[in-house]
Amino acid sequence: MGIEGVGARVARKEDKRFITGGGRYVDDMVVPGMKHAVFVRSPHAHAQIKKIDVKRAQSMPGVIGVLTGKELKADGIGNLICGWMIHSKDGSPMKMGAWSPLAVDKVRYVGDAVVIVVADTKGQARDAAEAVEITYKELKAVVDATKAIQPGAPQVHAEAPNNLIFDWEIGDGKATDAAIQSAAHVTRMKIVNNRLVPNAMEPRAALGHYDKAEDHYTCWTTSQNPHVARLVMSAFYNVAPENKLRVIAPDVGGGFGSKIYIYPEEIVCLWASKKTGVPVKWVADRTESFLADAHGRDHVSTVEMAFDKDNRITGLRVDTIANLGAYMSLFSSCVPTYLYATLLSGQYNIPTIHANVRTVYTNTAPVDAYRGAGRPEATYLLERTMETAARELGVSPAELRRRNFITSFPHQTPVILNYDAGDYNASLDAAMKAADYAGFTKRKADAAKRGKLRGIGMSCYIEACGLAPSAAVGSLGAGVGLWESAEVRVNAVGTIEVLTGSHSHGQGHETTFAQLVNQRFGVPIDSVSIVHGDTDKVQMGMGTYGSRSGAVGMSAVAKALDKVEAKAKKIAAHLLEADEGDIVIENGEVKVAGTDKSLPWFQVALAAYTAHNLPSGMEPGLKETAFYDPANFTFPAGCYISEVEIDPETGVTDIIQFVAADDFGNIINPMIVEGQVHGGIAQGIGQALLEGAHYDGSGQLLTASYMDYTMPRAGDLPSFKVSTSNTPCPSNPLGIKGCGEAGAIGSPPAIINAITDALGVVDIAMPASPSTVWSAIRAKKH
Amino acid sequence: MSDVSLTVNGKRVSGSVEDRTLLVHFLREHLGLTGTHVGCDTSQCGACVVHVDGRAVKSCTMLAAQASGSTIVTIEGLANGAELHPVQAAFKEHHGLQCGFCTPGMIMAATDMIARHPQGLDEATVRAELDGNICRCTGYHNIVKAILAAAQTMSKGAKGKAKQAA
Repeated sequence: MGIEGVGARVARKEDKRFITGGGRYVDDMVVPGMKHAVFVRSPHAHAQIKKIDVKRAQSMPGVIGVLTGKELKADGIGNLICGWMIHSKDGSPMKMGAWSPLAVDKVRYVGDAVVIVVADTKGQARDAAEAVEITYKELKAVVDATKAIQPGAPQVHAEAPNNLIFDWEIGDGKATDAAIQSAAHVTRMKIVNNRLVPNAMEPRAALGHYDKAEDHYTCWTTSQNPHVARLVMSAFYNVAPENKLRVIAPDVGGGFGSKIYIYPEEIVCLWASKKTGVPVKWVADRTESFLADAHGRDHVSTVEMAFDKDNRITGLRVDTIANLGAYMSLFSSCVPTYLYATLLSGQYNIPTIHANVRTVYTNTAPVDAYRGAGRPEATYLLERTMETAARELGVSPAELRRRNFITSFPHQTPVILNYDAGDYNASLDAAMKAADYAGFTKRKADAAKRGKLRGIGMSCYIEACGLAPSAAVGSLGAGVGLWESAEVRVNAVGTIEVLTGSHSHGQGHETTFAQLVNQRFGVPIDSVSIVHGDTDKVQMGMGTYGSRSGAVGMSAVAKALDKVEAKAKKIAAHLLEADEGDIVIENGEVKVAGTDKSLPWFQVALAAYTAHNLPSGMEPGLKETAFYDPANFTFPAGCYISEVEIDPETGVTDIIQFVAADDFGNIINPMIVEGQVHGGIAQGIGQALLEGAHYDGSGQLLTASYMDYTMPRAGDLPSFKVSTSNTPCPSNPLGIKGCGEAGAIGSPPAIINAITDALGVVDIAMPASPSTVWSAIRAKKH
Repeated sequence: MSDVSLTVNGKRVSGSVEDRTLLVHFLREHLGLTGTHVGCDTSQCGACVVHVDGRAVKSCTMLAAQASGSTIVTIEGLANGAELHPVQAAFKEHHGLQCGFCTPGMIMAATDMIARHPQGLDEATVRAELDGNICRCTGYHNIVKAILAAAQTMSKGAKGKAKQAA
């Protein structure tokens, strides 16, 4: 390993601009003549739009345009789509209601966009937005998915009777029933996974610019996948053909899934730019982010886990109701199905599984992928159930898990996935050692002497990442392929540009992707530039989510590097009059193995471009493109242990220690991997202890600011003890599994298992806030 | 409209702004200093922290007109030319940032925090002092590490200077 190569703890190249104020986010963009937009949003969760009067707003100072959904529809702008078709178990397709970028007849959640106001300044746009008069006829709203499917509940979309979008199943119901009936023991639980708001620190933003002379649109947007945005806006929303639409996602301040989707605002800004003749910029206020960013989680499930007399799991039955909110967001349908139920085997050998999932419309913000996306829900359900089962069976949680671990690979689960590699005992051992698990009993006793309640909890998670083999996801209903592209351009002086369809919004690709090139050619990472986030520069790409940039994006780069290397070796062999097979590239030199003959790297590059002396028939230049379609999902896994201490007087939970032992396969930059784990754990602890999106019965979001929604702050968290024990992934050329989501997946059950252990209760709701914990202690006493 | 005149990163600047213009918007939109960010609308997140007359201030809590006459340092003015401020250097070295959005506010808050604790900092103090700055990427782990390291570096530097002076 070189000092900048694969496996090295290299400080990030991109940091310079971020620590000096030189980052360039969408809100920092200024285009000549640019004006500012504010959206008028529905204050009601469910209402008919009777009348929209924009006259007074149009006459306000600085106002350039006040535009409605009727005008948008008249111009042929399409409805938003969901990109993954799911069929119900009766064979019928999912029942999708229309989602107009600006509501026309009806609003379905608080925050639904109705009118866009464009003015010289944001202040003027805001003033005019308040002067838009909309007459609503309020309708009864429903926010709870379990109530929404009851007969007589308010109907969100006419297309979906009883608000049921689909009723889907996976696995073998009969075999699972039989396993449960013949079990020596069955553990039953109701599991609620609380609704969260992703809260990337940069609010969403869009800047639409229509160039009349060229009949061409440019959209700067806070996107994790600008090419997907261009594709969808062209193919489905009729904004413009792809060659007439450039989408740029510059520096993006965090995503966590919430910036995958194509939202109404960017479509409307592009359309409004043409309509008003000025570039139109919109930047969300934080409250708009709370109201109108896609939320995450919100599942209610029942689970039955069957055991034989030796404490081996014999079957698992799960019934889940998933709240998808008022509209089906871009990937909302695959999250509670193929990203959730396929993970219900966890790290365990389970002979038969059956899961039924009903997805439901409610008058709440759309719900889609949020860090982990389905996999945290599966892990929480499974690991809470394992913990409860261990307590019921009177065995240690570690022992019950070990008894059921999958230990031979490949392993075909009963729910589609084929695990390729892993060592679950290794992660569990590492975590227990790091946590001094053996010493817990004494620490608990010491805490008790001080009047405190100590608990310890573990969670053994697995996730499916590296999304995904295109043919496989296509057969399951995906509207897109999930490959990635790369282009490696060696310049005539030997410096290198790597163009990737992955998008970095905090993950550090400018460094890790350059490390891959350094490893191959010995070129310093300062001489390697990573180009991403612009559809005019990078031909095509699927973007960054599902921990895919390393496993899929970098694999594409590796393939392109293979081709560059092969051509460079041919050129060098020709120049050095050697056999191509004897050429090696090391430390920036191209050498003939076993001799002192060599050329510096840049001379090979130069020779490719001068083309004065190339092998006969070879094209000039040194630039190669590759598309990589993964052969399988990747399966990061690990074990997390948390130890908590609760003050019974106040209900406050202190996290004494948090240990993570992960298996991510091969690692490019351990510093960056650790950072990803830290951030994921913080979000998972946030879910377990602090965060929750709450709507009141009328559909008003009660947690719509940082005054009401508890974001994890530095004082809420400990420093984390993280480590890895890695089994390389056999299905991609780099052996990478992915690390972006693990922390958020594995940590919530570890925390709740520790809290329920401390309190001696079966379950406690997330977030386990001080009042919730205090109430649980009181309820137990009385 | 209000006329404002102040010193920003060592330069005298003036302008005429709507009365309701916040300091953060004046910095970003009138002066083009876009390193100072807006992450919320309730003065909770701290992405907009700058130094006003030597103290860390959330620039969304102050009108531009109120800041007239004061001396402001933003993230763009923290480094000494090409030489990074020790807090900036520590954030890079310890991977105290990911998406970079909260980073300017974190760094400005941290420099102020270190200045207010000449006796040194410990982890608990750093975590408590960061209450007004939200990060969604790092879990704070490496931010805390970076601030503690920078505090050490700066205290060594200060001792060195004191020695030289003596």
